[in-house]
Amino acid sequence: MTVPSALTKQNPVLDIRKLSVRLGDNDILKSINVQIQPGEFIGLIGANGAGKSTLLKVILGLVPVTGGSVAVLGKPARRGNRLIGYVPQKIHLDRDIPLRGRDLAALGFDGHRFGIPLPSREKRRRVDEMLVAVDAAGYADAPVGKLSGGEQQRLLIAQALLTVPRLLLLDEPLSNLDIGSAYEVVGLVSRLARDRGMTVILVAHDMNPLLPVVDRVLYLADGNAAIGQVDDIFRNDVLSGLYGYAVEVLRVNGRILVVGGRDSGDCGHLLSAETHCCGGIA
Amino acid sequence: MSHLAGLLFARGFFQNREVMDALLLGGIVAAISGVTGIFVVIRSQSFACHAISDMGGAGAAGAFLAGINTFWGFLTIGVLAAIGVEFLGDRARERDLATGIILAVALGVEALFLYFAAHFTGKVGAPMLILFGSIFVIDPSTVTVVTALSIATAVVLGLIYRPLLLCSIDPELAGTRGVPVRIISLVFIILLAVVVEEGSLIIGALLSTALLIGPAAAAVRLTHKMGWAMLWSVVLGMMATWMGIVLAYDSFGWPPGGRGWPVSFFICVVILLFYLLARLRFKLPRLAFTLAGRAVQDA
Repeated sequence: MTVPSALTKQNPVLDIRKLSVRLGDNDILKSINVQIQPGEFIGLIGANGAGKSTLLKVILGLVPVTGGSVAVLGKPARRGNRLIGYVPQKIHLDRDIPLRGRDLAALGFDGHRFGIPLPSREKRRRVDEMLVAVDAAGYADAPVGKLSGGEQQRLLIAQALLTVPRLLLLDEPLSNLDIGSAYEVVGLVSRLARDRGMTVILVAHDMNPLLPVVDRVLYLADGNAAIGQVDDIFRNDVLSGLYGYAVEVLRVNGRILVVGGRDSGDCGHLLSAETHCCGGIA
Repeated sequence: MSHLAGLLFARGFFQNREVMDALLLGGIVAAISGVTGIFVVIRSQSFACHAISDMGGAGAAGAFLAGINTFWGFLTIGVLAAIGVEFLGDRARERDLATGIILAVALGVEALFLYFAAHFTGKVGAPMLILFGSIFVIDPSTVTVVTALSIATAVVLGLIYRPLLLCSIDPELAGTRGVPVRIISLVFIILLAVVVEEGSLIIGALLSTALLIGPAAAAVRLTHKMGWAMLWSVVLGMMATWMGIVLAYDSFGWPPGGRGWPVSFFICVVILLFYLLARLRFKLPRLAFTLAGRAVQDA
C-alpha cells in the first residue's frame, strides 16, 4: 500500500530533522531525518541497541534531544502529549493484582486524572466498545495478572486507543508472541489504524510479520536511519551503508533475512529475521 | 447469647476507658492501613515498609531518650527514611540493596538507643512499647493527631488514586501520559511512612508491616476488583485488630498470670489466620462439597 499523493501534501505527523541523541558517551542517534505522513503505517526495524526505543522516547518527550528537532503534528515533542498513544513492550503484572482486563484498558480513558475513578455510562460504553474492537471482550472481566502476554497486549492497545491518539507508538509488541499471534496483532493494529485514520509506528526486530501492512520502513542501525519502501531499504547497498560493514539481504519464500558480514554463519549476526529461523534469537 | 459474650469478653471489657480508646484508634489505623496496603502489595514495597518501620523505631527510641512523645520520633524519622528510600536508586536491585543497608543501620541504632533507655532511665518497659506497640497506654492528644493524620492520608490517597495506579502498573507508561511519576511515588511513600508509623504506635515497630501487608495480601486473594480488595483489606485489618484487643484483654487471666499477653502477638496471629484462609478459599468449597456429598450418600 502506498501513501495517496493527496496526503503527502499535508503537514507531516512526525517531522524529525537532524536529530542527534547522546546518552553518556554513546551517540545513540546520529543526525537522522524522518518525515511521516498522516495515516502511514511505519515499521521501525533494527537490531538490539540500534536506538529504536530511544527514538520512541524522544518522540514521547521522555529523552532530551542533543541536537536537531522533533515535531509531532507541528509542535515540538513534549511529555504527556495526548495526541500520542503508547503501547509498552511488556508490563509486569503480579498474578494477584486486583484489576480486571477492563480496568487496565479503562486507565486509557481516565488514568492520568486525579481523584478516584467513578463509574459513568459514557466510560463504560467507550471501554466496552474498545474491548470489542481489540477482540478482548471475552476476557474483559478476568483478572489481568492471569492473562497471557498476547491478551495483555490487546488490553494495552485498547488502553492506548482510549486516549484517542493521532499517532500510535508500539514498542516491540510482537517480541513476546508466537508467530501466529504476531500476525494477528499486526492485522488488528493495521485495521484499527485505517478505521481511525491514525498514524502508526510499530517497533520490531523482524520485518516479516509487518510485510503485509507497512507503508514504509524506518531502519535504524548504529544510530543511522534510512526510511523508504520495503524494497528500497532491504537492499545490500542500503543496509551495508547503514551498518558500516557488508550486510547481505536474503529473500527466502517471500521472507526477508538480513545477515551480517563480519562472521557470517554465526547466529548472533542474523540481524533481522524471524526468530525461529535461528534457535530463538530474540 | 450473653453466656457466649461472657466467654468472649472478660469482665469489665466495655467499661474500660483504655480498651475503648484502643478499639477506636486500632480501628482507624487498621482501616487506613488496609487501603494503603493494597497499593503496597501492587507496588511490591513491603521491604521498603519494613525499613521505614525500623527507622521509625530508632527515631522513637531516640525520642524516648530525649523525653519527647515517641510518636513524633516514629513519624519524623519514618518520613525522612521514606524520602531517603525513594531517592536511593532508580533500579529495583539498587533500591533493594540500599534499603537493606538502611534497615541494618536502623536496627543497630535502635538497639543502642533501647539499650540506653533500658539501662540509664531505669524504665525497662520502654523498649517493649516501641518494639511491640503501646495501644493500651496512648494519651488522648496522640489519638487526635493519629485520627487527623489518617483522614489527611485518606484524602491525599484518593486524590492521587488514578495516577498512582498507572505509575504502579508501569512507570514509563504513566510518564508518557504526562503523570509526574517521581512526585507521585514520593507522595505515596510519605503517606506510606505515616501509615507505617501509626501502625508502629499500635503494634510496634517490629510488626507494623504485618498490619499493612497481611490484610491486603489476603484481600487480593479474595477478589480481583480494586474497590472490593480495599474493602476486604479494611474489614480484615479491623477484625484482626479488634480480635487482638479482645484476646489481649482476656489474656490477663491466662498463665503465667497477672500480666496479659502482648496485643501485637494476637493481631499478627489473626492476620496470619486470615491470610491462610484467603489462600485456601478455593479449596474450602470443594471440601465442603465433598463432605456434603458424603452426608447425602450416608442418608
